[in-house]
Amino acid sequence: MVEDKKIRVLVAKPGLDGHDRGAKVVVRALRDAGMEVIYTGIRQTPQTIADAALQEDVDVIGLSSLSGAHMSLFSRVMEELNRRGLGDVVVIAGGIIPDEDHEELKSIGVRAVFGPGSSTQDVAKYIKTAVGAQG
Amino acid sequence: MSESKDRSEWTKKTLDPSVKRFPQRQEKFTTSSEIEVEAVYTPEDLEGLDYHERVGYPGEFPYTRGPQPSMYRGRLWTMRQYAGYAGAEESNLRYRYLLEQGQTGLSVAFDLPTQIGYDSDNPLSEGEAGRVGVAIDSIEDMETLFRDIPLNRVSTSMTINATAPILLAMYVVAAKRQGVPLASISGTIQNDVLKEYIARGTYIFPPKPAMKLVTDTFAYCTQYLPKWNFINVSGYHIREAGSDAVQELAFTMANAVAYVRAGLEAGIDIDKLGPQFGFFFVSHNNLFEEVAKFRAARRMWAHVMRDRFNAKDPKSWVLRFHTQTAGSTLTAQQPENNVVRVAIQALAAVLGGTQSLHTCARDEALALPTEQSVQIALRTQQLLAYESGAADTVDPLAGSYYVEWLTNELEARAWKEFDKIEKIGGSLAAIETGYMQREITESAYRYQRRVEEGEQTVVGVNRFTVDEKRSIQILRVDDEVTARQTAKLADLRKRRDAAAVSTSLAGLKQTATSGDNVMPSIVDCVEASATLEEICNVLREVYGEQLQSFI
Repeated sequence: MVEDKKIRVLVAKPGLDGHDRGAKVVVRALRDAGMEVIYTGIRQTPQTIADAALQEDVDVIGLSSLSGAHMSLFSRVMEELNRRGLGDVVVIAGGIIPDEDHEELKSIGVRAVFGPGSSTQDVAKYIKTAVGAQG
Repeated sequence: MSESKDRSEWTKKTLDPSVKRFPQRQEKFTTSSEIEVEAVYTPEDLEGLDYHERVGYPGEFPYTRGPQPSMYRGRLWTMRQYAGYAGAEESNLRYRYLLEQGQTGLSVAFDLPTQIGYDSDNPLSEGEAGRVGVAIDSIEDMETLFRDIPLNRVSTSMTINATAPILLAMYVVAAKRQGVPLASISGTIQNDVLKEYIARGTYIFPPKPAMKLVTDTFAYCTQYLPKWNFINVSGYHIREAGSDAVQELAFTMANAVAYVRAGLEAGIDIDKLGPQFGFFFVSHNNLFEEVAKFRAARRMWAHVMRDRFNAKDPKSWVLRFHTQTAGSTLTAQQPENNVVRVAIQALAAVLGGTQSLHTCARDEALALPTEQSVQIALRTQQLLAYESGAADTVDPLAGSYYVEWLTNELEARAWKEFDKIEKIGGSLAAIETGYMQREITESAYRYQRRVEEGEQTVVGVNRFTVDEKRSIQILRVDDEVTARQTAKLADLRKRRDAAAVSTSLAGLKQTATSGDNVMPSIVDCVEASATLEEICNVLREVYGEQLQSFI
């Protein structure tokens, strides 16, 4: 049963990219939508992100990247999550990610990609549905 | 004679009855900085404005109308497209292409490892090498980057901050090896570390030693590179991170003042510092607000330098700036629309009197731009320069009741915010307490809410949308860059004189520890073919690292 338990989200920026306007706005919006949100700050390694996800016992991880390094970074995050038995955490992504990469990201377990112009309300809605279906 | 004798009479007699019959589109109109805009502006809004004191003439204090007397009638702004990707080889080709297309200055984009002081073969660089800019690991890459581009014939802007002293040293050595006298090279390094902590994120060292590196480059440039702008104080990233125009002005001015103070403390004369300062602003969507912002910035800086710092040389009073159109306004939806956004923003920059301009390419919300979309972006500038007539007279919007009023309003609001930062203890303190970062995030979130609630229209995103299957061609950077750079590094390490490398690095450690200017020692390291990361690691060892952001 998950009633009353707030959805816990980790918003993370893997790699060297410092563009975090989007990540911070999503953090604010998800908090306003009633979720418990932890933001890692910029320049995190896949290991530290997976460690944080484990420690914080999150339901959802939002990865943000605008530097073009998403394919290699996100797949390493997924590996680290699997290694820690966190394969069922809902992972979503945002940033500058070309359409052609969406399918490959989905194949490694990234459930949804929210590109530029996405509404934060859609992100919140997606998370609620995905976590609800799981719980 | 007009019927009404003043605005209040006109409002009552003419405007209100008309609005009653035909309601306005919105109850209230505001600029992007949430400054409320009236239906019309009249001389009443400029009452008491002393033209000579506040506006004046181009090339004269307070430079509201422009830094030079004839502005674009003499020389057009420098058309400078920010570019760089993959390895030095590919970027060199892109630069030569841009120069052939009529671009007049270069602007180097470095990849993130280069900006944060890692070589391409460091595990932390995985996936990042050559992505958002060119990968430069050693002097050899720098020489390749400018192959067949005589460095006394172009001006080069390098977007580099935490590692600026190292990249500047590489540029210096590359120029020497081309046989070009240092006094003849012109260009700029961004070198604005403060805004990295606030908005852009490529910091390495804690703020205090980072400021020491900045003033070391100041001293070095005033001595050896008289035509080099040793800093580009950047409002651009502050705005792109979500601030409004007022905050962009205020935070940039506060940071600039912090650099001047640091330069003075390092013993550099104010009139040696002033003329080599450069600025970097965004040009955003609101045409008139942006023009007013550029004009207000010039007036603010002139007063800062003359009145607060007692600079005597008029060259120290003049704010010169580079402009880039606003990347964050580009949409992934209907990307062709971005061409129009960029044109409007570029027009604002020209009407605002920019010294150089980068126009964003239509596909930048999707990936790095292709050659064709960069060409359209450059053509946009050429159209403005040669077809629009906007460059034919100086500061054409001066005297517009609205623009002069808005210039005053932005300036007044920016001073108020500036004073707040001074009260906190200046930029450094405001950064360390997270003040600026919080303010920016608040603004970014408010803007996002306005878009999602439909208060702010974004064409193609929340209105006038279509179902689209995007077919725009994007640039892909080959994953092979890391392997190529790694091989080059291995080869370099085999070939170079290992003893010379360690001697030069030891020399740098000594200078850094003693507190002397590190620039000459960094030049020695570069000449000995030490890599970027090796040089940076010496500085990390001495100065420590800023691992966490302040909020």
